[in-house]
Amino acid sequence: MASIDIESVRKSYGPFPVLHGVDLTIRDGEFIVLVGPSGCGKSTLLRMIAGLEEVTSGEIRISGNRVNDLAPKDRDIAMVFQSYALYPHMSVADNMSYSLRLRKTAKEKIASAVGSAATKLGLDPLLERRPKALSGGQRQRVAMGRAIVRQPKAFLFDEPLSNLDARLREQMRAEIKKLHADLKATSIYVTHDQIEAMTLADRIVAMHGGVVQQVGTPLELYDTPANLFVAGFIGSPGMNFLEGRYVVTGEGAGIRLSDGTVVPVARRTGIGPDAAVTLGIRPEHVVISDSGMLEAGVELVEPTGFGIILHLSLHGLPFKIFTLDREALSAGPKVRVDFPQKHLHVFDEKGNRVD
Amino acid sequence: MMHQPIAKHRPPLRKRLADASEPYLYSAPALVLIVAVMLVPLVLGISYAFRDIQLLNPFSGGFIGLDHFRALGQDQAFFGALRNTLWWTGASVLLQFTFGLILALLLDKPFYGRGLVQALVFLPWAVPSFLAGLNWAWLFNPVIGPLPHWLYALGLLDAPHNILSDPNLAMWGPIVANVWWGIPFFAITLLAALQAIPRDLYEAAAIDGAGPVQRFLSITLPFLAPTIAITVLLRTVWISNFADLIVVMTNGGPADRTQIVASYIFTQAFKRLDFGYASAIALVLLVLLLVYSMLIVLLRQTMLNKG
Amino acid sequence: MRSGKLLLTGAHRLAILVYVVFALFPLFWLLKVSVTPNDLLYSEGVRMWPSRTTFEHFQFVIAHSAFPTFFKNSLIVSGATAVVVTILASLSGYALSRFTFRAKYWIVALMLITQMFPLVMLVAPIFKMLSPLGLTNSLTGLVIVYSAFNVPFATFLMQSFFDGIPKDLEEAAMIDGATQFVAFRQIILPLTLPGIAATLGFVFTAAWSELLFALMLISGNDAATFPVGLLTFVSKFSVDFGQMMAAGVLALIPACLFFLLIQRYLVQGLTAGAVKG
Repeated sequence: MASIDIESVRKSYGPFPVLHGVDLTIRDGEFIVLVGPSGCGKSTLLRMIAGLEEVTSGEIRISGNRVNDLAPKDRDIAMVFQSYALYPHMSVADNMSYSLRLRKTAKEKIASAVGSAATKLGLDPLLERRPKALSGGQRQRVAMGRAIVRQPKAFLFDEPLSNLDARLREQMRAEIKKLHADLKATSIYVTHDQIEAMTLADRIVAMHGGVVQQVGTPLELYDTPANLFVAGFIGSPGMNFLEGRYVVTGEGAGIRLSDGTVVPVARRTGIGPDAAVTLGIRPEHVVISDSGMLEAGVELVEPTGFGIILHLSLHGLPFKIFTLDREALSAGPKVRVDFPQKHLHVFDEKGNRVD
Repeated sequence: MMHQPIAKHRPPLRKRLADASEPYLYSAPALVLIVAVMLVPLVLGISYAFRDIQLLNPFSGGFIGLDHFRALGQDQAFFGALRNTLWWTGASVLLQFTFGLILALLLDKPFYGRGLVQALVFLPWAVPSFLAGLNWAWLFNPVIGPLPHWLYALGLLDAPHNILSDPNLAMWGPIVANVWWGIPFFAITLLAALQAIPRDLYEAAAIDGAGPVQRFLSITLPFLAPTIAITVLLRTVWISNFADLIVVMTNGGPADRTQIVASYIFTQAFKRLDFGYASAIALVLLVLLLVYSMLIVLLRQTMLNKG
Repeated sequence: MRSGKLLLTGAHRLAILVYVVFALFPLFWLLKVSVTPNDLLYSEGVRMWPSRTTFEHFQFVIAHSAFPTFFKNSLIVSGATAVVVTILASLSGYALSRFTFRAKYWIVALMLITQMFPLVMLVAPIFKMLSPLGLTNSLTGLVIVYSAFNVPFATFLMQSFFDGIPKDLEEAAMIDGATQFVAFRQIILPLTLPGIAATLGFVFTAAWSELLFALMLISGNDAATFPVGLLTFVSKFSVDFGQMMAAGVLALIPACLFFLLIQRYLVQGLTAGAVKG
C-alpha cells in the first residue's frame, strides 16, 4: 500500500489546457473519489496517475518515488476500466492471472492468489468461462478480481459502475466499499455520479473545468460547499439558488431578494453591506408552513415513493422542495415556505462561500 | 496565481527517444520494402525515360534527352493504344460499376441463402486474372466454346467465328472478361457502404411517406456518393494499367486493335527489351493518369463548393 | 398489393439467379471441357455436359507435364508472400491505428500513391535492379517484389481491423505489466485473427494470380509459377484443350478455397472501414 502525492500537475493537449495545476495528497489506505461533470479532467488525472497519459508539468509520486517517467507496468498499480477491458480470448482465471504470469510468479502462488480473489468475489464457479459468457455484473467482478490478485500499491477505478443498471450498481457499490474495508488499499475512484462519491469516499475531490473545487469528506462537501459549483453538484435534487443583496439590519443580517423580502441570515464576515450574493438552500431543508414568509406557486408535484418533490415558481424562478410529508401531494396552487437559518448558504459575487 | 511560469517538464532523453521511435519501429519494415522495391524503381524508371537502355545492347545506357519522347510523338501505334485505352477503360468501368451497384442492391435485401449466394457471385474475383483471360478466350473460341454459336443463333454474328480475331469486335472480348472479373469488386465495396447506412433512416423516410424510388434517391445515393466517387476514380486508374487480360487473350492483336498503353509498355519491355522506350511510355501514362485524378478531385471540389 | 409484392420478390430472386449463372458459367465450362474425352470434344462442342466423362486430362497434366513443379513454385511464392506481408502489415497497420506521430500523414500518402501509379512502369527498373543480385529467375526475387506490391493495401486492411479493437485492452495489459509490444502480441493480435485470415487470403490470391512480373523475371521451367507455366503450355500446345483446362481447374482450386474461407471477413473489414470513414 502506498501514499500518492500530486504536486502542481498540469496537462494540456497542444495549446489546450485541460488541467490547471492540481495539488493533492492521498494518504496510505485512503479511498479518494474524483467527481465532476464530464470534461472536468478527472479521468485525465486518473490516467496520468496510471501512466497512460503524459504529465505536461508537475510531479506525481507513489510512496514518495517520482513516477512521471515510469511506464504503467512499472508503477505497480491496478486499474478497473469503465468497459472492464477484459481480454476476450482468455478465461476468467487467465484474465485474473495475466499480470502475475507477466511477472513470472510461481505457478502455485498464482493459483492461490487467483483462488482467494475468486472466493472473495464469488467467482469460483465462473473461472473457466470466457468474458463473453458472463453477465454485466459478473464481468465487473472479474475486472475487480484482476485488480486485487496482484496486491498492487493502489487501485484506480475509472467509472467502473456506469455500464450497469441501477440495481446492480447499488449492489456493486456496497461490495466495493466492503472490499476496501477488507483490503485497506489506497484507492482512487473516478465518477460523475455524486451518490457514488458520497457513499464510497473517505474524501471527495470535486473538480470542474480542470480545477479542483474542493477536497473534503462527503459531509463536509454536503454541509459546507466551498462554492456554487460544489453546492449545485453535490446533492439530489440539487440546491436552490436565489439572487439577492446582503443587508445588515439592527438585530442581525439578511439577504434582500428581488421582491424586497429580507431573508434573515447569520452575520457574515468578508462581505460588505449591499454586496450582490447568492443564497442557497437544499430542497430537503425548506419548511412548508402556513405562516411562511415567502409565497410560491406550485408547478408540478413529483412523488418518488420515498418522498415528494415539489417544483415551485418563486418570483418567477424555478425552486424545488423535497419532503417526506405525504400531505404535500395535495399542495397548491400556492404554498408558503420558510428557510431555517442554520441551513442557509451564502456565496459572494465570485461564487465562493462566505461564513 | 495564474501568472507563475509553467516549467515544461522534460523526461530523460532515453525515454523520450524510446517513446518517439516506437511507431517508426513498427512501420519501418514495411516502409523499407516499399521504398526499395517501389519508390527507388519508380525514380530509376523515370530516369530510364531519358536514357538509351536496351537489355541486349551492352553499349546502351547513354543519356539521350528527349529522343524517346520525340519518337513517341511519331509513333502511330502509341496513339492507337491511347485511343484503345480510353475505350477499354471507359466501357469496363461503366459496365462494372452499373452491374456492381445492381448486385450490391440485390444483396442488401435479406433472403434465404444470402451468405451462399454472396460467396458464389463474388467468386470470379478470386479467379486469377490470367485464368479469367484464358477462360474467356476459350469461351469465345468456336471450336471449344459456346458463345460464338449462341451469338450466331441470336443473329448478332453472321457466322459462328471468333470475335477475338475480328479487328472490329476484338476489344469486346477482354472487356466482357474484365466486367465478369471486376463486378465483385464494386459489389463488395458498395455493399459494405450500403450496410453502413443506418436502417432507421429508411424507416423514418417510409413513415414520412417516401416511396422506394424516393428512398433510393434521397437516402441511398447521397450516402453512397463518396464511396462511388472514390472507387470509380481508383478503378479507372487501375483498369487503365491492367494489361493481364489483354496480354493473355489477344496480346494486343489483331492488328493492334486491342493494344492498350499498358500492354504496349509491356510488349516494349518484354519482347523488344527496349527498357528506355518502355519507361518513356510509362512516364507519359503516369502523367496522364495524374492529370485525370487531379481533374476529378478539382471537379469534386467545385461541385462541393457550389453545393 | 400482395401480388405486387410477390412479383417484386420474384423479380429479385430471378435477378440474383442471373448473376449467379453469369458468375459461375465460365467456371462450369472450364470444368466441363476438362472432363470431356478428346473424341467427344468437337462432336459435342456446345452440349452442356458430355455423354461420357474422363479424368485422363488431369492424369496427364499431373503425371507428364511440369505442372506439379509450377504448382509447387506458385504455392511457395504465394504462401511466403502471404506470410511476409501479413507480418509486415500487422506491424505497420498497428502503428497507423494506435500511434499519432509526425510522419504518419506521409506514410499514409506514400502508401496511397503506390496504389495509384502503373506497376508496368516498374517492370524494367526492377529487372535491372534484381539481375545483378541474382534475384531474377528466382522465387525469392518474386516473393520480395510481390510483398512490396501488397504491403500497402494489406496495411490499410489490418489497420481497419485494429481500429475495431478498443484501446482499453492494451491499456489494461500495460497496467497489468506488459510493454506495448507484449500487449500487441499477446492481447491485440489474437483478437485480430479474422483480420489476419482476411489479409493472408487476400495476399495469397493476389500473388497466385500475378502474371506480368512473373513473365518478366522468370525464364525457364524451374522457377516458373503457375500463370507463366500455363501460358507457355497454352502457346506450345494450343490444341490440347482438355489438358489446358484441366490445368486451369487445378490453378483455380487454391485461390477459390482461400477466397471462400475469407470472403466474409473481407466484407466485414471493409464495412468496419466504411463505418469509420
